[in-house]
Amino acid sequence: MFGSVFYISQMLHPQKSKRGKGKKMSKLITCEEAVKKVTSGSRIMVGGFGLVGSPLSLIAALAQSEVKDLEIISNNLGEPGRGLGVLVRQKQVKKAIGSYFTSNPEVVKAFQDKELEVELLPQGTMSEAIRAGGAGLGGFYTPVSVGTKMAENKEERTLNGKKYVFQEPLKANFALIKAKKADRLGNLIYNQSARNFNPMMATAADVVIAEVDEMVEVGEISSEEIVTPHLYVDFIVVKGGN
Amino acid sequence: MNAKQYIAARAAKELKNGDIVNLGIGIPTLVADYIPSDVHVFLHSENGILGVGPSPDPEHIDPNLVNAGKLPVTVLEGSSFFDSASSFAMIRGGHVSVSILGVLQIDAMGRIANWAVPGKNVLGVGGAMDLLEGSKRIIVTTLHTSNQGVSKIVKELTYPITSERKVDVIITDLAVFTVKEDGLHLLELSPGVSLEEVQQKTDAPFRVAESFKNGKEVMAQWL
Repeated sequence: MFGSVFYISQMLHPQKSKRGKGKKMSKLITCEEAVKKVTSGSRIMVGGFGLVGSPLSLIAALAQSEVKDLEIISNNLGEPGRGLGVLVRQKQVKKAIGSYFTSNPEVVKAFQDKELEVELLPQGTMSEAIRAGGAGLGGFYTPVSVGTKMAENKEERTLNGKKYVFQEPLKANFALIKAKKADRLGNLIYNQSARNFNPMMATAADVVIAEVDEMVEVGEISSEEIVTPHLYVDFIVVKGGN
Repeated sequence: MNAKQYIAARAAKELKNGDIVNLGIGIPTLVADYIPSDVHVFLHSENGILGVGPSPDPEHIDPNLVNAGKLPVTVLEGSSFFDSASSFAMIRGGHVSVSILGVLQIDAMGRIANWAVPGKNVLGVGGAMDLLEGSKRIIVTTLHTSNQGVSKIVKELTYPITSERKVDVIITDLAVFTVKEDGLHLLELSPGVSLEEVQQKTDAPFRVAESFKNGKEVMAQWL
C-alpha cells in the first residue's frame, strides 16, 4: 500500500518528490569535515591497488590531522611519501592488514623498527574477507594458503576430501574509498582498474566516505550502471576539496 | 632473442585459442609479446580486468588503467572491469584456464616457492597463492639457475612453499619439464643444450619423458 501511495504523490508532485534534492538528504561534505569524524585508534579500510583507486584527497586530509594509532586495512601502504605512505612516514599508522607491503621500503623499515605491526593475507582471501564482513557472514573456508606459513594458527578443515583454512571476516570503523562519479544519493560508479577493493570496502565499515571525481544529479547515472548502491555510502567528498 | 625472451616465446606456444590467461610479473609478462597470431586468448589481470591489451604509447597512458604489476595497459574490445573479490573468485573458482608464473624454486614433485625469501621479513604475498591454488593449469617460467649458477629445480624447497598444489609445466632456458604423479619428466631440450648439461644443472632428480625431443627436433618445430 505504501508503495502505491508514494507513487501517486510522486505523480502529483514530481519535483518535490525527487529524492536527494532536500538539504537533509545531502551526503556531500568537505575532506576536512570527513576527517574530523575519524578518531585516533580507528580501524580504517582504504581502497586502492597501489595508488590506483586510492582516495588521495581524504588521505592528504588525514595526514594534516592529528589522528594516530590507526589500523589500516588496504592492499598496500602507498609509496614512499605518497598516498598511505605519508601516514606511515608520519607514524600515524599502528597496524596494517593487507597483501603486499614490500613495494614501499619505508613500510619495511617501520616494521623492522617495530613501529608498525603487519598482518598479511593472500590478496583473494583479503578481498573475500572484506566482502564477507559486509555481507554479514561469520567467515569462510578457503583452500588458498593451506600447508603454507600463511595458514599457521588458522583452523584447518577437510570438506569433501579437500583441505581448507578458516578466514574470519574483516570489518572496520571507517571505509575511505575512491569512485569516479557519485550522484547526490551516493550511488557510485568507478573508473576501470581503479575499482579494485573499493566496492567491497563500501559494504564493510560503520561509516563509509567516498571521494569522487565528480558529483552528478540523481538519474544521471543509469540504474544498470551503478556498481555501489547508495545505501552503503554515508558521505561524499569531491576530489581536491570544495 | 635473449634467454628470458626464449622462455616467454616457448611458454606462449602452450596457449590455446579461447584460453583465459593470467600472466605473473617478470618473464610471464613477456609472454604476451609472443602469442601466435592465430591464437586468440583473453588476458586476465587480478586487479580486475579481463581483456588486457598491449602497453599504451606514452601519450595514451591512463592512470586508472594498470595491470597487476601496476604498469599502464590498454583494454581490448569485449573487455570488462570488476572488483577484487570478483577477480579472485574467478581465480579461486577455477575460471582461469592458465596462469604463467615466475618462481624462486621448484621441488622434485613440482611444487613451487615464489613469494618469500628465508631470513627476510615477509611483508608481501599478493595474489601468488590464489593463482596457484585456483588456476586450471600452471606453467612456470624461470631461468634454469640463479645468477650464481645454483639450480632453481631442487630436491626440497628451502624457500617457503606457495601451495601444496603442483604446477603442470616448467619452462626454463635449457629445458621443458612436465609434472606427473611421480615427479618431473624432461619433455624437451632447448636448441644447443645437451641432456648432460641439464642433468648437471638440475638439483632434483627427473625422468626423461617418452615423448622427449632433443634440441635439434625442437629447433625444427620452431622453424
